Parts: sequence; structure tokens; C-alpha cells
Amino acid sequence: MSENKIIVTILGKDGVGIVAEISAVLAKHGVNIEDIRQTIMQGCFVMILLADISKATTSFKELKDSITESGKNLGMEIWIQKKEIFDKMHTI
Amino acid sequence: MSFFNENSIIETINMIKVHNLDIRTVTLALSLRDCCGENVREVGDKIYNKITKYAKNLYTYASEIEDEYSIPIINKRISITPISLIGESCKDYDYVYLAKVLDEAAKEVNVNFIGGFSALVEKGCTRGDIALIESIPEALKQTQRVCSSINLASSKAGINMDAVKKMGGIIKQAANLTADADGIGAAKLVCFCNVPGDNPFMAGAFHGYGEPECALNVGVSGPGVVRAAVENLPKDADFGELANKIKQIAFKITSTGELVGRRMAQKMGIPFGIIDLSLAPTPAVGDSVAGIFQAMGLEHAGAHGTTAALAMLNDAVKKGGIMASSYVGGLSGAFIPVSEDAGMIEAAKQGVLTFDKLEAMTCVCSVGLDMIAIPGSTSESTISGIIADEMAIGMINKKTTAVRIIPVPNKEVGDYAVYGGLLGEAPIMPVNKLSSETFVNRGGRIPAPIHSLNN
Repeated sequence: MSENKIIVTILGKDGVGIVAEISAVLAKHGVNIEDIRQTIMQGCFVMILLADISKATTSFKELKDSITESGKNLGMEIWIQKKEIFDKMHTI
Repeated sequence: MSFFNENSIIETINMIKVHNLDIRTVTLALSLRDCCGENVREVGDKIYNKITKYAKNLYTYASEIEDEYSIPIINKRISITPISLIGESCKDYDYVYLAKVLDEAAKEVNVNFIGGFSALVEKGCTRGDIALIESIPEALKQTQRVCSSINLASSKAGINMDAVKKMGGIIKQAANLTADADGIGAAKLVCFCNVPGDNPFMAGAFHGYGEPECALNVGVSGPGVVRAAVENLPKDADFGELANKIKQIAFKITSTGELVGRRMAQKMGIPFGIIDLSLAPTPAVGDSVAGIFQAMGLEHAGAHGTTAALAMLNDAVKKGGIMASSYVGGLSGAFIPVSEDAGMIEAAKQGVLTFDKLEAMTCVCSVGLDMIAIPGSTSESTISGIIADEMAIGMINKKTTAVRIIPVPNKEVGDYAVYGGLLGEAPIMPVNKLSSETFVNRGGRIPAPIHSLNN
């Protein structure tokens, strides 16, 4: 189900421990990572992560707050969104 | 396992972060027809209880959806059955009291505007309609969140010139009673021709007579996104290419609105009504419909060619958006409010965007003369003349048109009106000083137009 899929987008400067930190937070909330991709866009490090929240142990809001907090600690900008918005917007 | 495309994700994030893509409003449309009664206090209680019951979770659910998709939902609002109908069931009319009840209910559920202090009088007024219209200035003075709209004309009925005349005076009074806030009362009052009953945008939202018990309507926005896309095209891209690009963007904006609207309706346990696929500007830099004209190659809004640019924009937005939703409604198209659009404000300030050009633009935009500040000394009959012209454009062209102008008390051309927030600010624009008085005073109704021999 697409509504159980989330996309986490991490933007900023590449550094040590980003994947480890984000994966740890997701694991703590019972979120399963299905795919990770990294790229450089307009000179900016971008990591995009697809995950499944169907077995998440906390609410979406708690997960979001937790991830956003980690982003702040890492000095990265983090977006966490349900995947539906991308599917809707970019497919006919 | 499912798949994703990195470029699509970054594009979406950029649309939200850089180009101000947002959901402009989720509007709970609610029938109050079961709130009628002989005693106005009892009617007030029924209205308050119904609104606060149905809209209890509107704000919370909208915030949750904002979180889920990381897209801002700027306004949470309510539209109700035209209150003239409800108030008319009372033995002694007291529409100001009902306005205060609506204001209290809106405050209680944390919505910033409630629309429906309205009457539909295109063919004539009932006693309740007249009482409502006469109470508008006081009602808008005594409330913060109540919006009022009056439908004065339609392509089927013609133009109710008695009501047009009356509204000239009502707009002046509404402005004068709120003189300390640059006549903001008039900014919450709009006159329509061919008004839709499912519009989620203020100040003209109300829940029409043919609508269900309740519904969730949604209004999207995104002039900034369209401007950026047009700017990125080569300057010699032809109009076919330009229209295509706008359609693609409109599709993306509308699908997002549809997703949010349906999710919101599902959470609230009510039917999804319509999506209004409008380009609604904000005073934020870049989030401007006038900016799209500039990106298309016009020096400024108001240049010759602006009407053509707007016509193409309006049409392309509809064509792209309609593919993305099963139920499109409301006003749908490009709004051209002056005070709410940084580019329009600048053009008006420079004197290159005139009142007459704006009137021409309303022939092809989605609504009409919107948020235009005019001198406080403008006579009632001149305001009625402005309304009559705008109603005529809508009536003949079978489109929705509207007038929301503010005769700013004690201010003249060269001065500035400041409202703040989404209502923005505007320079006072000059209007034609010739008299319309004898014409307006004739009264009666301009007959409905012939619907054939279209030329």
C-alpha cells in the first residue's frame, strides 16, 4: 500500500555517519528501509530513502519529530513525506 | 517494494520550498438549513452547535495532513448556507446577532474565515435579503472572521439594478465603519454575477442551495510554481509550448490538491466536494500572477498583451487541472487581486496597471475586480456603476465575475491602504470621475441576455 510508504529526503553537505544516524532513528521506530539512493544535485548532497511504515511502533508525527531532530543534529535539511504525494503528482 | 524517481522528489520539494506551492484552503461546506426557527436566539444556538460539531477536528486534521505530506495548508475555513435564508425564518430579524454567532463559532474551531453571510438576489430581494444586506456594514464591523457575498446578477436572470444601487452604498458604509483599519470591512464583502455554490475561496464562499448536507472543498494555489516553469523556458518558446508547460504544472498542482482534499474528507468522514484549481497569488515575492505575465515576456502587468496572456494562462490552468481531478468546481482559474499580489501592487504603484485594464482582464480571468483600493471620496453611484459594468461582463459572457473594491476612508490617490497577511496592501487607484448617477438611479432589472446570435 502506497500510503504506508514514506520518502525521506536528506539535503546538505556530505559527511560521516548520516546513513547510520538516520537508519538508527528509523529502526528505533520500527520503520523498514527498502531503498537508499545518493546523488549530487545542484552542488548539494541528496540522499533519498524509501521506507515502509506499516509496522511502525509510533505515530507518523512522532517519527517525523524524531527524524527532524536528527537532521538538526547532523546539520542537514530533512523532509519526510508519505510517498503518495509524489505518485499523485508525477503520474497520470 | 515500490519505486521512486529522484528527480520527481526533488522537483516536488522545490515546488513547496522555493516556489511557495501550498494548499490555499480546505473549506468545510456545511448546510445550515436545519437551523431555521422562529426565535433568533434559538437559531443562533443551533447554528453555533452545528458548526462547532462538524468543524471540531477541521484544524487538527488539516495540521496532521500538513505533516504527512509536508505541504502547507494555509487556511482552514468554513462555508455555510446563505444566512439570509436561515435568518428569514425568524419572527424578528437580527442578522448582526447571527453574524456574531458565526464569528464565535469560527473562533471556537480555529478557522480564520467563515463565508456565507450571503444572499442571492439576482432576480429580486425577499424581506430577509433586504434585512441581511442592510445589516452587512454593522455585521462586518462587529466581527473579524465573517465574510459576506451577494449575487446580484446571472446570465439567466439579468442584473438586479436595484440591488446594484444598494450595494454601492453598503460597500461605502462597510468601509466607513472600519475606517480605522483602512476600510477592511469592504475587503470582506464581494458582489457576484453567476456565483458558484461550491467555491472554497473567501470572501465569496458559501454553501449553495443544490449542495449536500456537508462536503470538503479544497482550493489549491501555485502561481510561483507556474512562474518558475515559464521562466525556465527559452524566451523564444512559442505559445503552444508555453501552454503545454502551464498545463503540466497545473496538473501537478491539482493532483496534490485532490490528494489532500480526499484525505481530509476521509479523515472527517464527509464527502469530498470539489477542487478549485485556482492560481491564487500571495503578497510573498515570487508568488505572483503578475510575475507570470513578466515571465511570459511582458514588461509589467498592464502592458498591452496582458489580457491575452491572462486568457491563455486561465485556459491552460483549467485544461491541465481538469485531468487531475474528477470533480473540479468553484472559481477555477487565475485570480487577479491587486493587494494580494506583489507584482500587481508594484504595477499599480508605478501607474502602469490601471483600473480600466483590470476591468478588461476580468473578461478572461477566473473572477473579477478584486481587492482594489479606490479613493474614499468615490461616490456610491460610481461604485454601483463599477459593479454594473462587472456584472454585465459576467452576464453576457456566461462567466463568474465579481467586485471586491475598497473605498478607503480619508485616503486619496497617492496614499496607501495596508491590511496585512494574505490581504496585503495596495496603492489607491484612480477611478473615472464622470457621473453614473442618473443611470444607476433608474432601478429595476437589466433583462437577461439572448443566448444565441453570439457575437
